[in-house]
Amino acid sequence: MSNGSSGTTGTARVKRGLADMLRGGVIMDVVNPEQAKIAEDAGAVAVMALERVPADIRRDGGVARMSDPEMIRQIQEIVTIPVMAKARIGHFAEAQILQSLGVDYIDESEVLTPADEANHIDKWAFTVPFVCGATNLGEALRRIGEGACMIRSKGEAGTGNIVEAVRHLRTINAQMRRLHTADAAELFALAKDLQAPIGLVQEVAELGALPVPMFCAGGISTPADASLVMQLGAQAVFVGSGIFKSDDPTRMAHAIVEATTHYRDADIVAKVSTGLGAAMKGAETATLEMRLAERGW
Amino acid sequence: MRAVGVLALQGDVREHVSALNNLGVSSALVRVPADLVGLEALIMPGGESTAIAHLLKTSGLKDPLANALSDGLFVLATCAGLILMASNVSDGRSDQWSYSALDVSVRRNGYGRQIASFEAPLDVLGVGEVTGVFIRAPRIESVGTDVDVLATHDHGDGAHPVLVRSERIIGCCFHPELTSDTRIHQLFIDMVTSQ
Repeated sequence: MSNGSSGTTGTARVKRGLADMLRGGVIMDVVNPEQAKIAEDAGAVAVMALERVPADIRRDGGVARMSDPEMIRQIQEIVTIPVMAKARIGHFAEAQILQSLGVDYIDESEVLTPADEANHIDKWAFTVPFVCGATNLGEALRRIGEGACMIRSKGEAGTGNIVEAVRHLRTINAQMRRLHTADAAELFALAKDLQAPIGLVQEVAELGALPVPMFCAGGISTPADASLVMQLGAQAVFVGSGIFKSDDPTRMAHAIVEATTHYRDADIVAKVSTGLGAAMKGAETATLEMRLAERGW
Repeated sequence: MRAVGVLALQGDVREHVSALNNLGVSSALVRVPADLVGLEALIMPGGESTAIAHLLKTSGLKDPLANALSDGLFVLATCAGLILMASNVSDGRSDQWSYSALDVSVRRNGYGRQIASFEAPLDVLGVGEVTGVFIRAPRIESVGTDVDVLATHDHGDGAHPVLVRSERIIGCCFHPELTSDTRIHQLFIDMVTSQ
Protein backbone atom coordinates (compact mmCIF):
# COMPACT_ATOMS: atom_id res chain seq x y z
CA MET A 1 0.00 0.00 0.00
CA SER A 2 1.23 3.49 -0.65
CA ASN A 3 -0.32 6.63 0.74
CA GLY A 4 -0.24 9.91 -1.07
CA SER A 5 -2.21 13.12 -1.00
CA SER A 6 -3.97 11.99 -4.17
CA GLY A 7 -5.04 8.62 -2.80
CA THR A 8 -3.94 5.23 -1.47
CA THR A 9 -2.91 2.55 -3.98
CA GLY A 10 -2.63 -1.21 -3.51
CA THR A 11 -5.39 -1.60 -0.91
CA ALA A 12 -7.10 -4.98 -0.61
CA ARG A 13 -10.27 -3.28 -1.84
CA VAL A 14 -8.79 -1.98 -5.10
CA LYS A 15 -6.94 -5.26 -5.67
CA ARG A 16 -9.99 -7.46 -5.08
CA GLY A 17 -12.14 -4.83 -6.78
CA LEU A 18 -10.58 -5.42 -10.19
CA ALA A 19 -11.45 -9.11 -9.86
CA ASP A 20 -15.04 -8.04 -9.06
CA MET A 21 -15.11 -6.01 -12.29
CA LEU A 22 -14.12 -9.09 -14.31
CA ARG A 23 -17.03 -11.18 -13.05
CA GLY A 24 -19.28 -12.71 -15.66
CA GLY A 25 -16.49 -12.37 -18.20
CA VAL A 26 -13.92 -14.43 -20.07
CA ILE A 27 -10.16 -14.04 -19.69
CA MET A 28 -8.34 -15.43 -22.71
CA ASP A 29 -4.77 -16.72 -23.08
CA VAL A 30 -3.03 -15.00 -25.98
CA VAL A 31 0.50 -15.42 -27.32
CA ASN A 32 0.77 -12.42 -29.64
CA PRO A 33 -0.87 -9.03 -30.36
CA GLU A 34 -3.04 -10.48 -33.16
CA GLN A 35 -4.63 -12.97 -30.79
CA ALA A 36 -5.04 -10.25 -28.17
CA LYS A 37 -7.00 -8.19 -30.69
CA ILE A 38 -9.22 -11.16 -31.58
CA ALA A 39 -9.88 -11.69 -27.87
CA GLU A 40 -10.81 -8.06 -27.24
CA ASP A 41 -13.00 -7.94 -30.36
CA ALA A 42 -14.84 -11.02 -29.13
CA GLY A 43 -15.67 -9.35 -25.80
CA ALA A 44 -12.96 -10.75 -23.51
CA VAL A 45 -12.73 -8.86 -20.18
CA ALA A 46 -8.96 -9.38 -20.01
CA VAL A 47 -6.16 -11.23 -21.73
CA MET A 48 -3.41 -13.39 -20.25
CA ALA A 49 -0.20 -12.70 -22.14
CA LEU A 50 2.05 -15.74 -22.36
CA GLU A 51 4.58 -17.24 -24.76
CA ARG A 52 2.96 -20.63 -25.19
CA VAL A 53 -0.55 -21.78 -24.33
CA PRO A 54 -0.61 -24.66 -21.82
CA ALA A 55 -1.25 -27.29 -24.51
CA ASP A 56 2.04 -26.30 -26.17
CA ILE A 57 3.92 -26.10 -22.87
CA ARG A 58 2.73 -29.64 -22.23
CA ARG A 59 3.82 -30.77 -25.70
CA ASP A 60 7.20 -29.02 -25.72
CA GLY A 61 8.32 -29.88 -22.19
CA GLY A 62 11.33 -28.05 -20.72
CA VAL A 63 11.20 -25.23 -18.19
CA ALA A 64 8.32 -22.81 -18.68
CA ARG A 65 9.06 -19.27 -17.47
CA MET A 66 7.64 -15.75 -17.40
CA SER A 67 7.07 -14.27 -20.87
CA ASP A 68 9.44 -11.87 -22.61
CA PRO A 69 8.66 -8.31 -21.42
CA GLU A 70 8.70 -7.10 -25.02
CA MET A 71 5.86 -9.44 -25.93
CA ILE A 72 3.85 -8.30 -22.89
CA ARG A 73 4.41 -4.65 -23.86
CA GLN A 74 3.21 -5.25 -27.40
CA ILE A 75 0.00 -6.75 -26.07
CA GLN A 76 -0.46 -3.89 -23.58
CA GLU A 77 -0.19 -1.47 -26.49
CA ILE A 78 -2.77 -3.14 -28.68
CA VAL A 79 -5.65 -3.71 -26.25
CA THR A 80 -7.52 -1.45 -23.83
CA ILE A 81 -8.69 -4.26 -21.52
CA PRO A 82 -6.60 -5.48 -18.56
CA VAL A 83 -3.49 -7.49 -19.40
CA MET A 84 -2.46 -10.30 -17.04
CA ALA A 85 0.75 -12.32 -17.08
CA LYS A 86 2.09 -15.40 -15.34
CA ALA A 87 4.95 -15.74 -12.88
CA ARG A 88 6.36 -19.06 -11.66
CA ILE A 89 5.22 -20.27 -8.24
CA GLY A 90 7.50 -18.66 -5.65
CA HIS A 91 9.39 -16.58 -8.23
CA PHE A 92 8.98 -13.16 -6.67
CA ALA A 93 11.60 -11.62 -8.94
CA GLU A 94 9.51 -12.48 -12.01
CA ALA A 95 6.54 -10.92 -10.20
CA GLN A 96 8.57 -7.76 -9.50
CA ILE A 97 9.36 -7.50 -13.21
CA LEU A 98 5.71 -7.97 -14.16
CA GLN A 99 4.68 -5.27 -11.69
CA SER A 100 7.30 -2.95 -13.13
CA LEU A 101 5.82 -3.57 -16.60
CA GLY A 102 2.45 -2.46 -15.26
CA VAL A 103 0.55 -5.68 -15.87
CA ASP A 104 -2.92 -5.49 -14.30
CA TYR A 105 -2.96 -8.93 -12.62
CA ILE A 106 -0.28 -11.55 -11.97
CA ASP A 107 -1.14 -15.23 -12.15
CA GLU A 108 1.21 -17.17 -9.87
CA SER A 109 0.71 -20.21 -12.00
CA GLU A 110 1.27 -23.94 -11.87
CA VAL A 111 1.30 -23.87 -15.68
CA LEU A 112 4.86 -22.55 -15.44
CA THR A 113 7.62 -24.60 -13.83
CA PRO A 114 7.69 -23.85 -10.07
CA ALA A 115 10.68 -21.89 -8.75
CA ASP A 116 10.20 -22.70 -5.06
CA GLU A 117 9.08 -26.06 -3.72
CA ALA A 118 7.99 -24.74 -0.31
CA ASN A 119 6.96 -21.12 -0.57
CA HIS A 120 4.59 -19.17 -2.73
CA ILE A 121 5.14 -15.46 -3.34
CA ASP A 122 4.36 -13.05 -0.47
CA LYS A 123 1.67 -11.29 -2.44
CA TRP A 124 0.98 -8.67 0.25
CA ALA A 125 4.33 -7.11 -0.70
CA PHE A 126 2.96 -6.06 -4.11
CA THR A 127 0.73 -3.25 -5.39
CA VAL A 128 -0.40 -5.36 -8.34
CA PRO A 129 -3.02 -8.00 -7.42
CA PHE A 130 -2.47 -11.75 -7.80
CA VAL A 131 -4.63 -14.66 -8.84
CA CYS A 132 -3.68 -18.19 -7.75
CA GLY A 133 -4.96 -21.63 -8.56
CA ALA A 134 -6.50 -24.03 -6.05
CA THR A 135 -7.76 -27.59 -6.09
CA ASN A 136 -9.50 -27.42 -2.70
CA LEU A 137 -10.55 -24.94 -0.02
CA GLY A 138 -7.43 -25.30 2.14
CA GLU A 139 -5.21 -24.43 -0.82
CA ALA A 140 -7.46 -21.49 -1.73
CA LEU A 141 -7.31 -20.09 1.81
CA ARG A 142 -3.54 -20.53 2.05
CA ARG A 143 -3.20 -18.48 -1.13
CA ILE A 144 -5.59 -15.81 0.19
CA GLY A 145 -3.57 -15.79 3.41
CA GLU A 146 -0.50 -15.00 1.30
CA GLY A 147 -2.38 -12.11 -0.32
CA ALA A 148 -4.10 -13.57 -3.42
CA CYS A 149 -7.05 -11.39 -4.46
CA MET A 150 -8.70 -13.88 -6.79
CA ILE A 151 -8.82 -17.68 -6.72
CA ARG A 152 -9.27 -19.86 -9.77
CA SER A 153 -9.71 -23.59 -9.96
CA LYS A 154 -6.57 -25.18 -11.36
CA GLY A 155 -8.31 -27.71 -13.53
CA GLU A 156 -5.78 -29.51 -15.69
CA ALA A 157 -4.47 -26.84 -18.05
CA GLY A 158 -3.85 -27.62 -21.69
CA THR A 159 -5.98 -30.77 -21.80
CA GLY A 160 -9.28 -29.37 -23.06
CA ASN A 161 -10.83 -31.68 -20.48
CA ILE A 162 -13.15 -30.05 -17.96
CA VAL A 163 -13.23 -32.93 -15.49
CA GLU A 164 -10.52 -31.63 -13.14
CA ALA A 165 -11.95 -28.10 -12.97
CA VAL A 166 -15.33 -29.59 -12.09
CA ARG A 167 -13.71 -31.67 -9.37
CA HIS A 168 -11.96 -28.61 -7.94
CA LEU A 169 -15.07 -26.41 -7.98
CA ARG A 170 -17.24 -29.11 -6.44
CA THR A 171 -14.62 -29.80 -3.77
CA ILE A 172 -14.28 -26.12 -2.84
CA ASN A 173 -18.08 -25.68 -2.78
CA ALA A 174 -18.61 -28.77 -0.61
CA GLN A 175 -15.91 -27.69 1.82
CA MET A 176 -17.40 -24.19 2.05
CA ARG A 177 -20.85 -25.64 2.76
CA ARG A 178 -19.33 -27.75 5.53
CA LEU A 179 -17.79 -24.65 7.15
CA HIS A 180 -21.02 -22.70 6.77
CA THR A 181 -22.94 -25.30 8.81
CA ALA A 182 -20.22 -25.94 11.42
CA ASP A 183 -20.47 -24.46 14.91
CA ALA A 184 -17.81 -22.10 16.23
CA ALA A 185 -15.90 -24.79 18.16
CA GLU A 186 -15.70 -27.12 15.15
CA LEU A 187 -14.00 -24.45 13.05
CA PHE A 188 -10.69 -24.87 14.87
CA ALA A 189 -10.43 -28.56 14.01
CA LEU A 190 -11.68 -27.89 10.48
CA ALA A 191 -8.99 -25.23 10.03
CA LYS A 192 -6.41 -27.80 11.08
CA ASP A 193 -7.80 -30.36 8.59
CA LEU A 194 -7.81 -27.77 5.82
CA GLN A 195 -4.34 -26.51 6.82
CA ALA A 196 -5.77 -23.03 6.48
CA PRO A 197 -5.55 -19.88 8.64
CA ILE A 198 -8.30 -19.89 11.29
CA GLY A 199 -9.27 -16.27 10.60
CA LEU A 200 -10.06 -17.07 6.98
CA VAL A 201 -11.86 -20.28 7.94
CA GLN A 202 -14.09 -18.24 10.25
CA GLU A 203 -14.68 -15.69 7.50
CA VAL A 204 -15.74 -18.38 5.00
CA ALA A 205 -18.00 -19.96 7.64
CA GLU A 206 -19.70 -16.60 8.11
CA LEU A 207 -19.95 -15.63 4.41
CA GLY A 208 -20.63 -19.09 3.00
CA ALA A 209 -18.26 -18.05 0.22
CA LEU A 210 -14.64 -17.08 -0.35
CA PRO A 211 -13.76 -13.50 0.64
CA VAL A 212 -12.38 -12.99 -2.91
CA PRO A 213 -13.91 -13.85 -6.30
CA MET A 214 -13.61 -17.47 -7.43
CA PHE A 215 -13.09 -18.03 -11.14
CA CYS A 216 -12.66 -21.23 -13.14
CA ALA A 217 -9.61 -22.22 -15.18
CA GLY A 218 -8.23 -25.39 -16.70
CA GLY A 219 -9.88 -27.34 -19.49
CA ILE A 220 -12.67 -25.04 -20.70
CA SER A 221 -12.99 -25.60 -24.44
CA THR A 222 -16.65 -25.17 -25.41
CA PRO A 223 -19.53 -22.77 -24.61
CA ALA A 224 -21.17 -25.65 -22.75
CA ASP A 225 -18.08 -26.01 -20.52
CA ALA A 226 -18.34 -22.30 -19.65
CA SER A 227 -22.04 -22.65 -18.81
CA LEU A 228 -21.32 -25.74 -16.70
CA VAL A 229 -18.68 -24.13 -14.51
CA MET A 230 -20.64 -20.88 -14.14
CA GLN A 231 -23.61 -22.92 -12.91
CA LEU A 232 -21.25 -24.65 -10.48
CA GLY A 233 -20.47 -21.30 -8.90
CA ALA A 234 -17.52 -19.93 -10.88
CA GLN A 235 -17.88 -16.17 -11.29
CA ALA A 236 -15.87 -15.87 -14.51
CA VAL A 237 -13.78 -18.15 -16.70
CA PHE A 238 -10.21 -18.34 -17.94
CA VAL A 239 -9.83 -20.00 -21.31
CA GLY A 240 -6.31 -21.09 -22.15
CA SER A 241 -5.73 -23.39 -25.07
CA GLY A 242 -9.46 -23.80 -25.75
CA ILE A 243 -9.82 -20.83 -28.08
CA PHE A 244 -6.68 -20.64 -30.16
CA LYS A 245 -6.37 -24.44 -30.46
CA SER A 246 -9.89 -24.73 -31.89
CA ASP A 247 -10.79 -24.80 -35.60
CA ASP A 248 -12.23 -21.30 -35.67
CA PRO A 249 -10.80 -19.21 -32.80
CA THR A 250 -12.81 -16.06 -33.58
CA ARG A 251 -16.14 -17.86 -33.49
CA MET A 252 -15.15 -19.95 -30.48
CA ALA A 253 -14.11 -16.80 -28.59
CA HIS A 254 -17.43 -15.07 -29.35
CA ALA A 255 -19.41 -18.18 -28.42
CA ILE A 256 -17.69 -18.71 -25.07
CA VAL A 257 -18.21 -15.02 -24.17
CA GLU A 258 -21.94 -15.31 -24.94
CA ALA A 259 -22.28 -18.57 -23.05
CA THR A 260 -20.55 -17.12 -19.98
CA THR A 261 -22.93 -14.15 -19.81
CA HIS A 262 -26.08 -16.13 -20.56
CA TYR A 263 -24.95 -19.31 -18.80
CA ARG A 264 -28.39 -20.11 -17.40
CA ASP A 265 -30.17 -19.57 -20.71
CA ALA A 266 -29.84 -22.92 -22.51
CA ASP A 267 -31.50 -21.51 -25.67
CA ILE A 268 -28.71 -18.96 -26.05
CA VAL A 269 -25.97 -21.48 -25.19
CA ALA A 270 -27.47 -23.89 -27.75
CA LYS A 271 -27.52 -21.17 -30.39
CA VAL A 272 -23.89 -20.13 -29.90
CA SER A 273 -22.76 -23.78 -29.76
CA THR A 274 -24.16 -24.48 -33.21
CA GLY A 275 -21.75 -25.00 -36.13
CA LEU A 276 -18.63 -23.95 -34.25
CA GLY A 277 -16.28 -26.44 -35.88
CA ALA A 278 -14.04 -28.67 -33.82
CA ALA A 279 -13.04 -27.71 -30.30
CA MET A 280 -9.43 -28.42 -29.34
CA LYS A 281 -8.66 -32.11 -29.50
CA GLY A 282 -7.88 -32.46 -25.82
CA ALA A 283 -6.48 -35.21 -23.66
CA GLU A 284 -7.77 -37.81 -21.24
CA THR A 285 -6.37 -36.73 -17.89
CA ALA A 286 -5.98 -40.30 -16.59
CA THR A 287 -3.19 -40.92 -19.11
CA LEU A 288 -1.23 -37.69 -18.54
CA GLU A 289 2.43 -37.94 -17.69
CA MET A 290 2.59 -34.46 -16.15
CA ARG A 291 -0.20 -33.20 -13.89
CA LEU A 292 0.12 -29.43 -13.51
CA ALA A 293 -2.56 -29.25 -10.80
CA GLU A 294 -0.22 -31.05 -8.40
CA ARG A 295 2.18 -28.12 -8.46
CA GLY A 296 1.72 -25.66 -5.58
CA TRP A 297 1.49 -26.33 -1.86
CA MET B 1 -41.11 2.09 -5.69
CA ARG B 2 -40.81 -0.27 -8.64
CA ALA B 3 -37.85 -2.64 -8.94
CA VAL B 4 -34.65 -1.00 -10.15
CA GLY B 5 -32.99 -2.78 -13.07
CA VAL B 6 -29.34 -3.78 -12.91
CA LEU B 7 -27.63 -4.43 -16.24
CA ALA B 8 -26.28 -7.94 -15.68
CA LEU B 9 -24.21 -8.71 -18.76
CA GLN B 10 -20.84 -8.52 -17.00
CA GLY B 11 -19.22 -6.78 -14.05
CA ASP B 12 -19.94 -6.16 -10.38
CA VAL B 13 -23.68 -6.71 -10.62
CA ARG B 14 -24.00 -8.47 -7.27
CA GLU B 15 -22.69 -5.51 -5.25
CA HIS B 16 -25.28 -3.16 -6.78
CA VAL B 17 -28.06 -5.67 -6.09
CA SER B 18 -26.90 -5.90 -2.52
CA ALA B 19 -26.75 -2.08 -2.10
CA LEU B 20 -30.36 -1.85 -3.36
CA ASN B 21 -31.31 -4.67 -1.04
CA ASN B 22 -29.83 -2.81 1.92
CA LEU B 23 -32.02 0.16 1.03
CA GLY B 24 -35.13 -2.02 0.88
CA VAL B 25 -35.39 -1.61 -2.91
CA SER B 26 -35.96 -4.68 -5.05
CA SER B 27 -33.87 -5.25 -8.15
CA ALA B 28 -34.38 -6.87 -11.54
CA LEU B 29 -31.48 -8.26 -13.57
CA VAL B 30 -31.37 -7.10 -17.18
CA ARG B 31 -29.80 -9.48 -19.71
CA VAL B 32 -32.19 -9.52 -22.69
CA PRO B 33 -34.54 -6.89 -24.19
CA ALA B 34 -37.64 -8.29 -22.45
CA ASP B 35 -36.03 -7.50 -19.08
CA LEU B 36 -36.13 -3.76 -19.87
CA VAL B 37 -39.90 -3.60 -20.23
CA GLY B 38 -41.55 -1.49 -17.54
CA LEU B 39 -38.33 -0.29 -15.90
CA GLU B 40 -38.09 3.34 -14.82
CA ALA B 41 -34.55 3.12 -13.43
CA LEU B 42 -31.43 1.16 -14.32
CA ILE B 43 -27.98 0.73 -12.81
CA MET B 44 -25.09 0.34 -15.26
CA PRO B 45 -22.43 -1.45 -13.18
CA GLY B 46 -18.67 -1.43 -13.27
CA GLY B 47 -16.91 -3.95 -15.49
CA GLU B 48 -15.07 -3.77 -18.78
CA SER B 49 -16.78 -1.22 -21.00
CA THR B 50 -15.62 -2.93 -24.21
CA ALA B 51 -17.03 -6.28 -23.07
CA ILE B 52 -20.32 -4.75 -21.90
CA ALA B 53 -20.63 -2.76 -25.14
CA HIS B 54 -20.07 -5.97 -27.10
CA LEU B 55 -22.63 -7.88 -25.06
CA LEU B 56 -25.20 -5.05 -25.41
CA LYS B 57 -25.03 -5.62 -29.16
CA THR B 58 -25.09 -9.41 -29.15
CA SER B 59 -27.91 -9.58 -26.59
CA GLY B 60 -30.06 -7.25 -28.69
CA LEU B 61 -30.21 -4.73 -25.83
CA LYS B 62 -28.34 -1.91 -27.52
CA ASP B 63 -31.22 -0.25 -29.37
CA PRO B 64 -34.00 -0.97 -26.84
CA LEU B 65 -31.79 0.63 -24.17
CA ALA B 66 -31.21 3.67 -26.42
CA ASN B 67 -34.99 3.98 -26.78
CA ALA B 68 -35.53 3.63 -23.04
CA LEU B 69 -32.95 6.37 -22.44
CA SER B 70 -34.73 8.77 -24.79
CA ASP B 71 -38.02 7.84 -23.08
CA GLY B 72 -36.58 9.09 -19.79
CA LEU B 73 -35.02 6.08 -18.07
CA PHE B 74 -33.17 7.05 -14.88
CA VAL B 75 -29.61 5.69 -14.74
CA LEU B 76 -26.93 5.30 -12.09
CA ALA B 77 -23.77 4.68 -14.10
CA THR B 78 -20.59 3.61 -12.33
CA CYS B 79 -17.17 3.35 -13.99
CA ALA B 80 -17.72 1.27 -17.16
CA GLY B 81 -21.37 2.35 -16.98
CA LEU B 82 -20.27 6.00 -17.02
CA ILE B 83 -18.17 5.36 -20.13
CA LEU B 84 -21.21 3.87 -21.87
CA MET B 85 -23.38 6.89 -20.95
CA ALA B 86 -20.80 9.54 -21.90
CA SER B 87 -21.12 11.83 -24.91
CA ASN B 88 -17.43 11.59 -25.68
CA VAL B 89 -14.86 8.86 -24.91
CA SER B 90 -11.11 9.13 -25.48
CA ASP B 91 -8.39 6.45 -25.29
CA GLY B 92 -10.97 3.82 -26.19
CA ARG B 93 -10.99 1.29 -28.97
CA SER B 94 -11.22 2.70 -32.49
CA ASP B 95 -14.82 1.43 -32.68
CA GLN B 96 -15.75 2.47 -29.11
CA TRP B 97 -19.35 3.67 -28.96
CA SER B 98 -21.46 5.13 -26.20
CA TYR B 99 -25.03 6.30 -25.69
CA SER B 100 -24.26 10.03 -25.38
CA ALA B 101 -26.94 10.22 -22.71
CA LEU B 102 -24.79 12.21 -20.28
CA ASP B 103 -22.95 15.29 -21.50
CA VAL B 104 -19.45 14.51 -20.24
CA SER B 105 -16.13 13.73 -21.88
CA VAL B 106 -14.30 10.84 -20.28
CA ARG B 107 -10.88 9.31 -20.78
CA ARG B 108 -10.77 5.54 -20.35
CA ASN B 109 -8.29 4.35 -17.72
CA GLY B 110 -7.60 8.04 -17.19
CA TYR B 111 -5.75 7.43 -13.93
CA GLY B 112 -3.55 4.66 -15.34
CA ARG B 113 -3.32 0.91 -15.11
CA GLN B 114 -4.31 -1.26 -12.16
CA ILE B 115 -1.17 -0.45 -10.12
CA ALA B 116 -2.41 3.17 -10.09
CA SER B 117 -5.93 2.20 -8.85
CA PHE B 118 -6.61 3.98 -5.58
CA GLU B 119 -8.94 4.94 -2.76
CA ALA B 120 -9.46 8.54 -1.74
CA PRO B 121 -11.88 10.40 0.53
CA LEU B 122 -14.39 12.54 -1.39
CA ASP B 123 -16.67 15.30 -0.23
CA VAL B 124 -20.03 14.75 -1.94
CA LEU B 125 -22.41 17.69 -2.22
CA GLY B 126 -25.40 17.13 0.05
CA VAL B 127 -24.06 13.79 1.28
CA GLY B 128 -20.75 14.39 3.09
CA GLU B 129 -17.56 12.36 3.07
CA VAL B 130 -17.55 9.07 1.16
CA THR B 131 -14.70 6.73 0.27
CA GLY B 132 -14.07 6.73 -3.46
CA VAL B 133 -12.73 3.39 -4.77
CA PHE B 134 -11.21 4.02 -8.21
CA ILE B 135 -10.30 0.93 -10.25
CA ARG B 136 -8.76 1.53 -13.68
CA ALA B 137 -11.22 4.37 -13.51
CA PRO B 138 -12.33 6.67 -16.30
CA ARG B 139 -11.49 10.31 -15.80
CA ILE B 140 -14.04 13.05 -16.50
CA GLU B 141 -12.28 15.72 -18.52
CA SER B 142 -15.17 18.09 -19.13
CA VAL B 143 -18.88 18.40 -18.38
CA GLY B 144 -21.70 20.07 -20.29
CA THR B 145 -23.70 23.01 -18.98
CA ASP B 146 -26.66 20.84 -17.89
CA VAL B 147 -24.47 18.59 -15.76
CA ASP B 148 -23.90 19.30 -12.05
CA VAL B 149 -20.66 18.29 -10.37
CA LEU B 150 -21.37 16.61 -7.01
CA ALA B 151 -17.80 15.68 -6.08
CA THR B 152 -14.29 16.39 -7.28
CA HIS B 153 -10.91 14.82 -6.64
CA ASP B 154 -7.44 16.31 -6.90
CA HIS B 155 -5.03 13.69 -8.23
CA GLY B 156 -2.09 16.00 -7.86
CA ASP B 157 -2.98 18.02 -10.93
CA GLY B 158 -6.00 20.06 -9.88
CA ALA B 159 -9.56 19.20 -8.86
CA HIS B 160 -11.67 17.50 -11.51
CA PRO B 161 -15.18 15.96 -11.38
CA VAL B 162 -15.66 12.35 -10.25
CA LEU B 163 -19.41 12.35 -9.51
CA VAL B 164 -21.87 14.19 -11.75
CA ARG B 165 -25.61 14.47 -12.20
CA SER B 166 -27.86 15.50 -15.03
CA GLU B 167 -31.67 15.54 -14.93
CA ARG B 168 -31.96 11.75 -15.02
CA ILE B 169 -28.47 10.31 -14.85
CA ILE B 170 -25.88 10.06 -12.10
CA GLY B 171 -22.39 9.28 -13.38
CA CYS B 172 -19.67 8.04 -11.08
CA CYS B 173 -15.97 7.37 -11.81
CA PHE B 174 -15.60 5.36 -8.61
CA HIS B 175 -17.41 2.36 -7.12
CA PRO B 176 -19.83 3.20 -4.30
CA GLU B 177 -21.05 -0.41 -4.57
CA LEU B 178 -17.68 -1.71 -3.33
CA THR B 179 -18.20 -0.11 0.08
CA SER B 180 -20.98 -0.73 2.57
CA ASP B 181 -21.98 2.95 2.30
CA THR B 182 -25.29 3.16 0.41
CA ARG B 183 -25.66 6.95 0.33
CA ILE B 184 -24.84 7.32 -3.37
CA HIS B 185 -27.45 4.68 -4.19
CA GLN B 186 -29.87 6.55 -1.91
CA LEU B 187 -29.14 9.72 -3.87
CA PHE B 188 -30.19 7.85 -7.01
CA ILE B 189 -33.33 6.40 -5.43
CA ASP B 190 -34.30 9.91 -4.23
CA MET B 191 -33.83 11.22 -7.76
CA VAL B 192 -36.14 8.52 -9.16
CA THR B 193 -38.84 8.84 -6.50
CA SER B 194 -38.93 12.65 -6.59
CA GLN B 195 -39.66 12.80 -10.33
